Amino acid sequence: MNALSIRNLQKTYNNGFVALKGIDLDVEEGDFFALLGPNGAGKSTAIGIISSLVNPSSGSVSIFGHDLKTDRSRAKSCLGLVPQEVNFNQFDTVKSIVFNQAGYYGVPRKLALQRTERCLKQMDLWDKRNTVSRRLSGGMKRRVMIARAMVHAPKLLILDEPTAGVDIEIRRSMWKMMQAVNEQGTTIILTTHYLEEAESLCRNIAIIDQGLIVENTDMAGLLARLHIDHFVLDLAEPIDKVPVIAGYQIERIGDKVLNVAVPKEMGLNQLFSQLSALNIKVISLKNKSNRLEQLFMDLIDSKPADTKQ
Amino acid sequence: MNYSIALRTLVTKEVFRFIRIWPQTLLPPAITTALYFLIFGKLIGDRIGIINGATYMDYIVPGIILMSVISHAYSNVVSSFFSTKFQRNIEELLVAPVPNWVILGGYVSGGIIRGLLVGLVVTLISLLFADIAVNNPLITLSVAVLTATLFSLAGFINAVLAESFDDISIIPNFVLTPLSYLGGVFYSVDMLPGVWQTVSKGNPILYMINAFRYGFIGVTDINIQLAYIITGGFIVTLTLISLFLLHKGIGIKN
Repeated sequence: MNALSIRNLQKTYNNGFVALKGIDLDVEEGDFFALLGPNGAGKSTAIGIISSLVNPSSGSVSIFGHDLKTDRSRAKSCLGLVPQEVNFNQFDTVKSIVFNQAGYYGVPRKLALQRTERCLKQMDLWDKRNTVSRRLSGGMKRRVMIARAMVHAPKLLILDEPTAGVDIEIRRSMWKMMQAVNEQGTTIILTTHYLEEAESLCRNIAIIDQGLIVENTDMAGLLARLHIDHFVLDLAEPIDKVPVIAGYQIERIGDKVLNVAVPKEMGLNQLFSQLSALNIKVISLKNKSNRLEQLFMDLIDSKPADTKQ
Repeated sequence: MNYSIALRTLVTKEVFRFIRIWPQTLLPPAITTALYFLIFGKLIGDRIGIINGATYMDYIVPGIILMSVISHAYSNVVSSFFSTKFQRNIEELLVAPVPNWVILGGYVSGGIIRGLLVGLVVTLISLLFADIAVNNPLITLSVAVLTATLFSLAGFINAVLAESFDDISIIPNFVLTPLSYLGGVFYSVDMLPGVWQTVSKGNPILYMINAFRYGFIGVTDINIQLAYIITGGFIVTLTLISLFLLHKGIGIKN
Protein backbone atom coordinates (compact mmCIF):
# COMPACT_ATOMS: atom_id res chain seq x y z
CA MET A 1 0.00 0.00 0.00
CA ASN A 2 1.13 3.53 -0.68
CA ALA A 3 1.71 5.66 2.39
CA LEU A 4 0.97 8.70 0.26
CA SER A 5 -0.71 9.10 -3.09
CA ILE A 6 -1.06 12.46 -4.78
CA ARG A 7 -2.92 12.96 -8.03
CA ASN A 8 -2.95 16.08 -10.18
CA LEU A 9 -2.49 18.36 -7.17
CA GLN A 10 -2.78 22.02 -8.07
CA LYS A 11 -2.62 25.16 -6.00
CA THR A 12 -3.09 28.73 -7.08
CA TYR A 13 -2.93 31.29 -4.29
CA ASN A 14 -5.32 34.23 -4.07
CA ASN A 15 -2.64 36.57 -5.44
CA GLY A 16 -2.54 34.47 -8.62
CA PHE A 17 0.74 32.69 -7.87
CA VAL A 18 0.64 29.12 -9.15
CA ALA A 19 2.56 27.09 -6.59
CA LEU A 20 1.66 23.61 -7.86
CA LYS A 21 0.87 22.90 -11.50
CA GLY A 22 -0.55 19.40 -11.13
CA ILE A 23 1.78 16.98 -9.39
CA ASP A 24 1.49 13.19 -9.08
CA LEU A 25 3.47 11.41 -6.40
CA ASP A 26 3.47 8.01 -4.72
CA VAL A 27 5.41 7.15 -1.59
CA GLU A 28 5.49 3.50 -0.60
CA GLU A 29 4.83 2.30 2.91
CA GLY A 30 8.06 2.03 4.92
CA ASP A 31 10.02 4.28 2.57
CA PHE A 32 12.45 6.99 3.57
CA PHE A 33 11.62 9.49 0.86
CA ALA A 34 13.30 12.77 -0.02
CA LEU A 35 11.25 15.64 -1.43
CA LEU A 36 13.72 18.21 -2.66
CA GLY A 37 13.55 21.46 -4.51
CA PRO A 38 14.86 25.02 -4.43
CA ASN A 39 13.16 27.70 -2.37
CA GLY A 40 9.75 28.60 -3.79
CA ALA A 41 9.54 25.38 -5.82
CA GLY A 42 6.29 24.26 -4.20
CA LYS A 43 7.57 21.84 -1.53
CA SER A 44 6.03 23.71 1.40
CA THR A 45 2.74 24.13 -0.44
CA ALA A 46 2.62 20.39 -1.18
CA ILE A 47 3.40 19.57 2.45
CA GLY A 48 0.88 22.18 3.61
CA ILE A 49 -1.85 20.52 1.55
CA ILE A 50 -0.92 17.00 2.71
CA SER A 51 -1.05 18.15 6.33
CA SER A 52 -4.30 20.16 5.90
CA LEU A 53 -2.69 23.55 6.49
CA VAL A 54 -3.32 24.73 2.94
CA ASN A 55 -6.46 24.22 0.86
CA PRO A 56 -5.72 22.71 -2.55
CA SER A 57 -7.19 24.24 -5.71
CA SER A 58 -7.76 20.79 -7.19
CA GLY A 59 -6.47 17.25 -7.14
CA SER A 60 -6.49 14.55 -4.51
CA VAL A 61 -4.35 13.40 -1.61
CA SER A 62 -4.65 9.99 -0.04
CA ILE A 63 -2.78 8.87 3.09
CA PHE A 64 -2.63 5.10 3.61
CA GLY A 65 -5.67 4.77 1.37
CA HIS A 66 -7.72 7.39 3.22
CA ASP A 67 -8.74 10.30 1.03
CA LEU A 68 -8.03 13.62 2.66
CA LYS A 69 -11.35 15.06 1.50
CA THR A 70 -13.76 12.20 2.10
CA ASP A 71 -12.03 10.33 4.96
CA ARG A 72 -10.31 13.25 6.60
CA SER A 73 -10.16 12.05 10.17
CA ARG A 74 -8.55 8.68 9.37
CA ALA A 75 -6.16 10.27 6.89
CA LYS A 76 -5.03 12.82 9.47
CA SER A 77 -4.62 10.15 12.16
CA CYS A 78 -1.96 8.46 10.01
CA LEU A 79 0.11 11.62 9.66
CA GLY A 80 2.64 13.41 11.85
CA LEU A 81 4.23 16.71 10.80
CA VAL A 82 7.45 18.36 11.90
CA PRO A 83 7.15 21.83 10.38
CA GLN A 84 9.95 24.01 9.16
CA GLU A 85 9.43 26.74 11.75
CA VAL A 86 8.78 26.50 15.46
CA ASN A 87 5.00 26.64 15.88
CA PHE A 88 4.29 25.59 19.45
CA ASN A 89 3.23 27.91 22.23
CA GLN A 90 6.46 29.32 23.61
CA PHE A 91 4.88 29.76 27.03
CA ASP A 92 3.91 26.09 27.43
CA THR A 93 6.15 23.51 29.03
CA VAL A 94 7.78 20.85 26.89
CA LYS A 95 5.65 18.13 28.44
CA SER A 96 2.34 19.94 27.99
CA ILE A 97 3.09 20.62 24.29
CA VAL A 98 3.60 16.94 23.57
CA PHE A 99 0.85 15.72 25.92
CA ASN A 100 -1.78 18.09 24.50
CA GLN A 101 -1.00 17.01 20.97
CA ALA A 102 -1.72 13.42 21.99
CA GLY A 103 -5.07 14.64 23.30
CA TYR A 104 -5.93 16.28 19.99
CA TYR A 105 -5.45 12.89 18.36
CA GLY A 106 -7.83 11.30 20.87
CA VAL A 107 -5.16 9.40 22.81
CA PRO A 108 -6.53 8.63 26.31
CA ARG A 109 -4.83 10.43 29.18
CA LYS A 110 -2.91 7.49 30.68
CA LEU A 111 -1.57 6.35 27.32
CA ALA A 112 -0.82 9.95 26.36
CA LEU A 113 1.33 10.36 29.49
CA GLN A 114 3.22 7.14 28.72
CA ARG A 115 3.81 8.13 25.12
CA THR A 116 4.84 11.66 26.09
CA GLU A 117 7.47 10.23 28.41
CA ARG A 118 8.68 7.75 25.78
CA CYS A 119 8.92 10.37 23.01
CA LEU A 120 10.66 12.91 25.22
CA LYS A 121 13.16 10.28 26.38
CA GLN A 122 13.74 9.24 22.78
CA MET A 123 14.47 12.87 21.93
CA ASP A 124 16.67 13.24 25.01
CA LEU A 125 14.33 15.89 26.40
CA TRP A 126 12.90 14.19 29.48
CA ASP A 127 15.08 16.27 31.80
CA LYS A 128 13.59 19.39 30.19
CA ARG A 129 9.97 18.26 30.46
CA ASN A 130 8.97 21.02 32.89
CA THR A 131 10.95 23.75 31.14
CA VAL A 132 9.01 26.53 29.45
CA SER A 133 9.68 25.97 25.77
CA ARG A 134 10.93 29.46 24.96
CA ARG A 135 13.95 28.78 27.17
CA LEU A 136 15.11 25.87 25.00
CA SER A 137 17.92 26.03 22.46
CA GLY A 138 17.11 25.88 18.73
CA GLY A 139 18.07 22.22 18.49
CA MET A 140 15.92 21.31 21.48
CA LYS A 141 12.94 23.15 20.01
CA ARG A 142 13.28 21.07 16.85
CA ARG A 143 13.39 17.89 18.92
CA VAL A 144 10.25 19.00 20.80
CA MET A 145 8.49 19.27 17.44
CA ILE A 146 9.64 15.78 16.48
CA ALA A 147 8.43 14.36 19.82
CA ARG A 148 5.12 16.17 19.33
CA ALA A 149 4.73 14.75 15.82
CA MET A 150 5.43 11.21 17.02
CA VAL A 151 3.30 11.11 20.15
CA HIS A 152 0.25 9.68 18.37
CA ALA A 153 2.41 7.02 16.67
CA PRO A 154 1.83 8.18 13.07
CA LYS A 155 2.41 5.77 10.19
CA LEU A 156 3.66 8.61 8.00
CA LEU A 157 6.01 11.27 9.34
CA ILE A 158 6.79 14.39 7.33
CA LEU A 159 9.95 16.18 8.36
CA ASP A 160 10.18 19.62 6.77
CA GLU A 161 13.81 20.67 7.06
CA PRO A 162 14.19 19.18 10.54
CA THR A 163 17.91 19.84 10.82
CA ALA A 164 17.96 23.41 9.51
CA GLY A 165 20.16 25.57 11.69
CA VAL A 166 21.31 22.89 14.11
CA ASP A 167 24.95 22.03 14.70
CA ILE A 168 26.56 18.98 13.14
CA GLU A 169 26.54 16.93 16.35
CA ILE A 170 22.80 17.37 16.83
CA ARG A 171 22.21 16.83 13.13
CA ARG A 172 24.02 13.50 13.25
CA SER A 173 22.06 12.40 16.31
CA MET A 174 18.82 13.42 14.56
CA TRP A 175 19.80 11.36 11.53
CA LYS A 176 20.25 8.32 13.77
CA MET A 177 16.91 8.99 15.39
CA MET A 178 15.17 9.35 12.00
CA GLN A 179 16.73 6.11 10.78
CA ALA A 180 15.61 4.32 13.94
CA VAL A 181 12.05 5.62 13.52
CA ASN A 182 12.02 4.50 9.89
CA GLU A 183 13.40 1.05 10.80
CA GLN A 184 10.52 0.67 13.26
CA GLY A 185 8.15 0.89 10.30
CA THR A 186 7.26 4.58 10.06
CA THR A 187 7.31 5.97 6.54
CA ILE A 188 9.29 9.21 6.41
CA ILE A 189 9.15 12.04 3.92
CA LEU A 190 12.08 14.39 4.35
CA THR A 191 12.64 17.80 2.86
CA THR A 192 16.03 19.32 3.35
CA HIS A 193 18.52 21.70 1.81
CA TYR A 194 21.38 19.52 3.06
CA LEU A 195 21.59 17.21 0.08
CA GLU A 196 24.14 14.93 1.71
CA GLU A 197 21.44 14.32 4.34
CA ALA A 198 18.98 13.16 1.69
CA GLU A 199 21.69 11.14 -0.04
CA SER A 200 22.68 9.24 3.06
CA LEU A 201 19.19 8.73 4.54
CA CYS A 202 16.68 8.36 1.72
CA ARG A 203 15.96 5.46 -0.59
CA ASN A 204 13.71 7.31 -3.03
CA ILE A 205 13.58 10.88 -4.15
CA ALA A 206 11.39 13.40 -5.92
CA ILE A 207 12.64 16.78 -7.04
CA ILE A 208 10.10 19.54 -7.42
CA ASP A 209 10.77 22.75 -9.28
CA GLN A 210 8.41 25.56 -10.26
CA GLY A 211 5.38 23.56 -9.22
CA LEU A 212 6.24 20.40 -11.15
CA ILE A 213 7.91 17.13 -10.24
CA VAL A 214 11.01 17.12 -12.44
CA GLU A 215 12.42 13.84 -11.13
CA ASN A 216 10.96 10.91 -9.21
CA THR A 217 13.13 7.86 -8.88
CA ASP A 218 15.23 5.78 -6.48
CA MET A 219 18.31 7.41 -5.00
CA ALA A 220 20.76 4.76 -6.24
CA GLY A 221 19.43 5.03 -9.78
CA LEU A 222 19.66 8.79 -9.72
CA LEU A 223 23.21 8.81 -8.39
CA ALA A 224 24.24 6.20 -10.98
CA ARG A 225 23.48 8.78 -13.63
CA LEU A 226 26.28 10.93 -12.35
CA HIS A 227 29.31 10.52 -14.62
CA ILE A 228 31.79 12.49 -12.60
CA ASP A 229 32.96 12.08 -9.00
CA HIS A 230 34.71 14.86 -7.13
CA PHE A 231 37.62 14.10 -4.82
CA VAL A 232 39.73 16.25 -2.54
CA LEU A 233 43.39 15.23 -2.40
CA ASP A 234 45.73 16.19 0.45
CA LEU A 235 49.32 16.45 -0.73
CA ALA A 236 52.53 15.81 1.17
CA GLU A 237 54.27 18.91 -0.24
CA PRO A 238 52.98 22.26 -1.45
CA ILE A 239 52.87 22.69 -5.22
CA ASP A 240 53.55 25.82 -7.27
CA LYS A 241 51.26 25.15 -10.18
CA VAL A 242 48.25 22.98 -10.89
CA PRO A 243 49.23 19.72 -12.62
CA VAL A 244 47.65 19.15 -16.01
CA ILE A 245 46.51 15.57 -16.62
CA ALA A 246 44.46 14.75 -19.70
CA GLY A 247 40.85 13.76 -18.92
CA TYR A 248 40.81 15.17 -15.36
CA GLN A 249 39.75 18.61 -14.19
CA ILE A 250 42.09 19.68 -11.41
CA GLU A 251 41.97 22.86 -9.37
CA ARG A 252 44.05 23.95 -6.45
CA ILE A 253 42.04 24.95 -3.39
CA GLY A 254 45.01 25.28 -1.04
CA ASP A 255 48.81 25.00 -1.05
CA LYS A 256 48.58 21.28 -0.42
CA VAL A 257 44.98 20.58 -1.44
CA LEU A 258 43.61 19.70 -4.88
CA ASN A 259 40.04 19.28 -6.06
CA VAL A 260 39.81 16.72 -8.86
CA ALA A 261 36.83 15.88 -11.06
CA VAL A 262 37.19 12.22 -12.01
CA PRO A 263 35.16 10.83 -14.93
CA LYS A 264 33.81 7.40 -13.97
CA GLU A 265 35.25 5.71 -17.06
CA MET A 266 38.75 6.88 -16.20
CA GLY A 267 38.91 6.00 -12.49
CA LEU A 268 41.58 6.87 -9.95
CA ASN A 269 44.47 4.55 -10.86
CA GLN A 270 45.48 6.57 -13.89
CA LEU A 271 45.28 9.77 -11.88
CA PHE A 272 47.58 8.45 -9.16
CA SER A 273 50.13 7.10 -11.62
CA GLN A 274 50.24 10.44 -13.43
CA LEU A 275 50.62 12.33 -10.16
CA SER A 276 53.44 10.01 -9.11
CA ALA A 277 55.15 10.63 -12.44
CA LEU A 278 54.95 14.36 -11.69
CA ASN A 279 56.48 13.63 -8.27
CA ILE A 280 53.34 14.73 -6.44
CA LYS A 281 52.73 12.60 -3.36
CA VAL A 282 49.14 12.18 -2.17
CA ILE A 283 48.72 11.43 1.53
CA SER A 284 44.92 11.16 1.69
CA LEU A 285 41.78 11.63 -0.34
CA LYS A 286 38.09 12.04 0.37
CA ASN A 287 34.95 12.07 -1.73
CA LYS A 288 33.40 15.53 -1.79
CA SER A 289 29.94 14.02 -1.05
CA ASN A 290 28.30 16.45 -3.39
CA ARG A 291 27.02 13.92 -5.86
CA LEU A 292 23.35 14.63 -5.25
CA GLU A 293 24.01 18.34 -5.17
CA GLN A 294 25.57 18.10 -8.63
CA LEU A 295 22.57 16.17 -9.98
CA PHE A 296 20.15 18.50 -8.27
CA MET A 297 21.74 21.51 -9.91
CA ASP A 298 21.80 19.74 -13.29
CA LEU A 299 18.09 18.93 -13.03
CA ILE A 300 17.09 22.41 -11.94
CA ASP A 301 19.31 24.06 -14.56
CA SER A 302 18.07 21.79 -17.35
CA LYS A 303 14.51 23.13 -17.07
CA PRO A 304 13.36 24.77 -20.32
CA ALA A 305 13.83 28.51 -20.28
CA ASP A 306 10.12 29.20 -20.78
CA THR A 307 9.27 27.51 -17.47
CA LYS A 308 11.73 29.61 -15.48
CA GLN A 309 10.46 32.59 -13.63
CA MET B 1 -12.07 8.68 16.88
CA ASN B 2 -12.91 9.94 20.34
CA TYR B 3 -13.49 13.67 19.91
CA SER B 4 -14.40 14.15 23.58
CA ILE B 5 -10.71 13.69 24.48
CA ALA B 6 -9.69 16.40 22.01
CA LEU B 7 -12.41 18.72 23.34
CA ARG B 8 -11.43 18.09 26.96
CA THR B 9 -7.75 18.68 26.11
CA LEU B 10 -8.53 21.98 24.44
CA VAL B 11 -10.86 23.20 27.20
CA THR B 12 -8.36 22.23 29.91
CA LYS B 13 -5.58 24.01 28.03
CA GLU B 14 -7.72 27.15 27.68
CA VAL B 15 -8.71 27.18 31.36
CA PHE B 16 -5.12 26.63 32.54
CA ARG B 17 -4.04 29.44 30.23
CA PHE B 18 -6.12 32.11 31.91
CA ILE B 19 -5.65 30.70 35.40
CA ARG B 20 -1.87 30.71 34.91
CA ILE B 21 -2.03 34.45 34.21
CA TRP B 22 -4.67 35.23 36.86
CA PRO B 23 -3.17 38.64 37.76
CA GLN B 24 -4.05 39.68 34.18
CA THR B 25 -7.34 37.83 33.87
CA LEU B 26 -9.10 37.54 37.23
CA LEU B 27 -7.65 40.29 39.42
CA PRO B 28 -8.30 43.42 37.28
CA PRO B 29 -12.11 42.94 37.11
CA ALA B 30 -12.20 42.65 40.91
CA ILE B 31 -10.42 46.01 41.29
CA THR B 32 -12.31 47.79 38.50
CA THR B 33 -15.74 46.71 39.70
CA ALA B 34 -14.91 47.51 43.31
CA LEU B 35 -14.25 51.07 42.09
CA TYR B 36 -17.54 51.07 40.13
CA PHE B 37 -19.45 50.00 43.24
CA LEU B 38 -17.65 52.54 45.39
CA ILE B 39 -17.95 55.54 43.07
CA PHE B 40 -21.20 54.94 41.18
CA GLY B 41 -23.01 52.79 43.71
CA LYS B 42 -22.01 54.40 47.00
CA LEU B 43 -20.91 57.97 46.40
CA ILE B 44 -23.19 58.92 43.47
CA GLY B 45 -25.87 56.29 44.01
CA ASP B 46 -26.81 57.60 47.45
CA ARG B 47 -27.84 60.86 45.77
CA ILE B 48 -29.84 59.15 42.99
CA GLY B 49 -32.18 57.25 45.25
CA ILE B 50 -34.59 54.52 44.10
CA ILE B 51 -34.95 53.19 40.52
CA ASN B 52 -37.88 50.88 39.73
CA GLY B 53 -38.23 50.08 43.42
CA ALA B 54 -34.57 49.18 43.98
CA THR B 55 -31.73 51.14 45.53
CA TYR B 56 -29.26 52.43 42.95
CA MET B 57 -26.56 50.08 44.25
CA ASP B 58 -28.84 47.04 43.93
CA TYR B 59 -29.91 48.28 40.50
CA ILE B 60 -26.40 48.53 39.03
CA VAL B 61 -24.91 45.35 40.57
CA PRO B 62 -26.42 42.90 38.01
CA GLY B 63 -25.46 45.13 35.08
CA ILE B 64 -21.88 45.47 36.25
CA ILE B 65 -21.60 41.71 36.80
CA LEU B 66 -22.93 40.95 33.32
CA MET B 67 -20.78 43.66 31.75
CA SER B 68 -17.73 41.92 33.24
CA VAL B 69 -18.97 38.55 31.96
CA ILE B 70 -19.38 40.02 28.46
CA SER B 71 -16.00 41.72 28.24
CA HIS B 72 -14.02 38.82 29.71
CA ALA B 73 -15.75 36.08 27.74
CA TYR B 74 -15.04 38.08 24.58
CA SER B 75 -11.48 39.06 25.39
CA ASN B 76 -10.54 35.55 26.49
CA VAL B 77 -11.45 34.01 23.17
CA VAL B 78 -10.26 36.85 20.96
CA SER B 79 -6.83 37.08 22.59
CA SER B 80 -6.30 33.35 22.98
CA PHE B 81 -7.35 32.37 19.47
CA PHE B 82 -5.56 35.28 17.81
CA SER B 83 -2.34 34.44 19.71
CA THR B 84 -2.76 30.85 18.59
CA LYS B 85 -3.06 32.06 15.02
CA PHE B 86 -0.22 34.56 15.38
CA GLN B 87 2.22 32.02 16.87
CA ARG B 88 0.94 29.41 14.41
CA ASN B 89 0.01 26.99 17.22
CA ILE B 90 -3.29 26.66 15.37
CA GLU B 91 -1.40 24.27 13.11
CA GLU B 92 -1.32 21.78 16.01
CA LEU B 93 -5.11 21.60 15.73
CA LEU B 94 -5.36 21.81 11.95
CA VAL B 95 -2.96 18.92 11.43
CA ALA B 96 -4.78 16.72 13.96
CA PRO B 97 -8.12 15.01 13.27
CA VAL B 98 -9.96 17.66 15.28
CA PRO B 99 -13.31 18.62 13.72
CA ASN B 100 -14.21 22.28 13.45
CA TRP B 101 -16.93 22.02 16.08
CA VAL B 102 -14.37 20.80 18.62
CA ILE B 103 -12.07 23.76 17.86
CA LEU B 104 -15.00 26.15 18.22
CA GLY B 105 -16.37 24.35 21.29
CA GLY B 106 -12.98 24.32 23.01
CA TYR B 107 -12.30 28.02 22.62
CA VAL B 108 -15.87 29.09 23.35
CA SER B 109 -15.95 26.90 26.46
CA GLY B 110 -12.78 28.61 27.65
CA GLY B 111 -14.46 31.99 27.15
CA ILE B 112 -17.64 30.89 28.94
CA ILE B 113 -15.70 29.53 31.91
CA ARG B 114 -13.61 32.68 32.24
CA GLY B 115 -16.67 34.90 31.83
CA LEU B 116 -18.56 33.02 34.55
CA LEU B 117 -15.53 32.92 36.84
CA VAL B 118 -15.07 36.68 36.50
CA GLY B 119 -18.83 37.07 37.07
CA LEU B 120 -18.44 35.10 40.29
CA VAL B 121 -15.48 37.24 41.41
CA VAL B 122 -17.45 40.44 40.72
CA THR B 123 -20.49 39.02 42.53
CA LEU B 124 -18.33 38.30 45.59
CA ILE B 125 -16.94 41.87 45.45
CA SER B 126 -20.46 43.26 45.19
CA LEU B 127 -21.36 41.49 48.45
CA LEU B 128 -19.11 44.02 50.19
CA PHE B 129 -21.34 46.83 48.95
CA ALA B 130 -24.86 45.44 48.57
CA ASP B 131 -27.15 42.82 50.10
CA ILE B 132 -27.64 40.54 47.15
CA ALA B 133 -30.68 38.28 47.10
CA VAL B 134 -31.20 36.34 43.87
CA ASN B 135 -34.84 36.55 42.78
CA ASN B 136 -34.68 33.76 40.19
CA PRO B 137 -31.44 31.69 40.16
CA LEU B 138 -32.40 29.80 37.00
CA ILE B 139 -32.88 32.98 34.96
CA THR B 140 -29.76 34.53 36.47
CA LEU B 141 -27.55 31.57 35.65
CA SER B 142 -29.03 30.83 32.24
CA VAL B 143 -28.73 34.44 31.10
CA ALA B 144 -25.12 34.56 32.32
CA VAL B 145 -24.25 31.34 30.47
CA LEU B 146 -26.04 32.35 27.26
CA THR B 147 -24.49 35.83 27.30
CA ALA B 148 -21.01 34.41 27.89
CA THR B 149 -21.60 31.97 25.03
CA LEU B 150 -22.74 34.71 22.67
CA PHE B 151 -19.76 36.95 23.34
CA SER B 152 -17.29 34.08 23.27
CA LEU B 153 -18.57 33.30 19.78
CA ALA B 154 -18.28 36.95 18.79
CA GLY B 155 -14.71 37.00 20.12
CA PHE B 156 -13.92 33.88 18.12
CA ILE B 157 -15.15 35.43 14.86
CA ASN B 158 -13.18 38.60 15.59
CA ALA B 159 -10.02 36.54 16.17
CA VAL B 160 -10.51 34.48 13.01
CA LEU B 161 -10.90 37.57 10.85
CA ALA B 162 -8.23 39.67 12.61
CA GLU B 163 -4.92 40.15 10.88
CA SER B 164 -3.19 42.28 13.50
CA PHE B 165 -3.35 43.04 17.20
CA ASP B 166 -5.12 46.32 16.30
CA ASP B 167 -7.94 44.30 14.76
CA ILE B 168 -8.65 42.52 18.03
CA SER B 169 -8.95 45.75 20.00
CA ILE B 170 -11.25 47.65 17.63
CA ILE B 171 -14.47 45.73 18.41
CA PRO B 172 -14.04 45.69 22.21
CA ASN B 173 -13.14 49.39 22.35
CA PHE B 174 -15.44 50.87 19.76
CA VAL B 175 -18.40 48.51 19.76
CA LEU B 176 -18.59 46.36 22.86
CA THR B 177 -17.82 48.94 25.54
CA PRO B 178 -20.21 51.62 24.20
CA LEU B 179 -23.00 49.07 23.74
CA SER B 180 -22.45 47.76 27.26
CA TYR B 181 -22.55 51.23 28.81
CA LEU B 182 -25.60 52.13 26.72
CA GLY B 183 -27.24 48.80 27.56
CA GLY B 184 -28.79 50.07 30.74
CA VAL B 185 -26.08 49.07 33.19
CA PHE B 186 -26.31 52.34 35.09
CA TYR B 187 -29.82 53.49 34.22
CA SER B 188 -33.30 52.38 33.26
CA VAL B 189 -34.28 53.01 29.62
CA ASP B 190 -37.47 54.56 30.97
CA MET B 191 -35.27 57.47 32.09
CA LEU B 192 -34.30 58.24 28.46
CA PRO B 193 -36.22 60.63 26.13
CA GLY B 194 -38.65 58.84 23.74
CA VAL B 195 -36.46 58.56 20.67
CA TRP B 196 -33.46 57.29 22.66
CA GLN B 197 -35.66 54.64 24.29
CA THR B 198 -36.43 53.35 20.80
CA VAL B 199 -32.76 53.51 19.75
CA SER B 200 -31.71 51.72 22.93
CA LYS B 201 -34.06 48.87 22.15
CA GLY B 202 -31.95 48.12 19.08
CA ASN B 203 -29.06 47.29 21.40
CA PRO B 204 -29.04 43.53 22.11
CA ILE B 205 -26.99 43.96 25.28
CA LEU B 206 -29.92 45.90 26.80
CA TYR B 207 -32.02 42.71 26.70
CA MET B 208 -29.37 40.57 28.31
CA ILE B 209 -28.65 43.03 31.09
CA ASN B 210 -32.32 43.51 31.85
CA ALA B 211 -33.00 39.77 31.85
CA PHE B 212 -30.04 39.25 34.17
CA ARG B 213 -31.24 42.08 36.40
CA TYR B 214 -34.69 40.49 36.49
CA GLY B 215 -33.07 37.25 37.67
CA PHE B 216 -31.35 39.16 40.47
CA ILE B 217 -33.82 41.77 41.71
CA GLY B 218 -37.00 41.09 39.73
CA VAL B 219 -36.86 44.42 37.89
CA THR B 220 -36.74 44.75 34.08
CA ASP B 221 -37.41 47.25 31.29
CA ILE B 222 -38.02 44.58 28.65
CA ASN B 223 -39.83 41.31 28.00
CA ILE B 224 -37.74 38.40 29.36
CA GLN B 225 -38.88 35.96 26.69
CA LEU B 226 -37.79 38.39 24.01
CA ALA B 227 -34.36 38.57 25.66
CA TYR B 228 -34.00 34.77 25.42
CA ILE B 229 -35.13 34.78 21.78
CA ILE B 230 -32.68 37.54 20.82
CA THR B 231 -29.79 35.93 22.68
CA GLY B 232 -30.56 32.48 21.29
CA GLY B 233 -30.90 33.88 17.78
CA PHE B 234 -27.52 35.55 18.00
CA ILE B 235 -25.90 32.38 19.36
CA VAL B 236 -27.24 30.26 16.51
CA THR B 237 -26.22 32.85 13.91
CA LEU B 238 -22.71 33.36 15.29
CA THR B 239 -22.18 29.60 15.64
CA LEU B 240 -23.08 29.09 11.99
CA ILE B 241 -20.79 31.93 10.91
CA SER B 242 -17.91 30.54 13.01
CA LEU B 243 -18.31 27.05 11.58
CA PHE B 244 -18.47 28.46 8.06
CA LEU B 245 -15.23 30.42 8.60
CA LEU B 246 -13.50 27.33 9.98
CA HIS B 247 -14.80 25.16 7.16
CA LYS B 248 -13.47 27.56 4.54
CA GLY B 249 -10.27 28.11 6.48
CA ILE B 250 -10.76 31.87 6.21
CA GLY B 251 -8.10 33.69 8.21
CA ILE B 252 -6.50 30.40 9.21
CA LYS B 253 -5.37 28.52 6.15
CA ASN B 254 -3.62 29.82 3.06
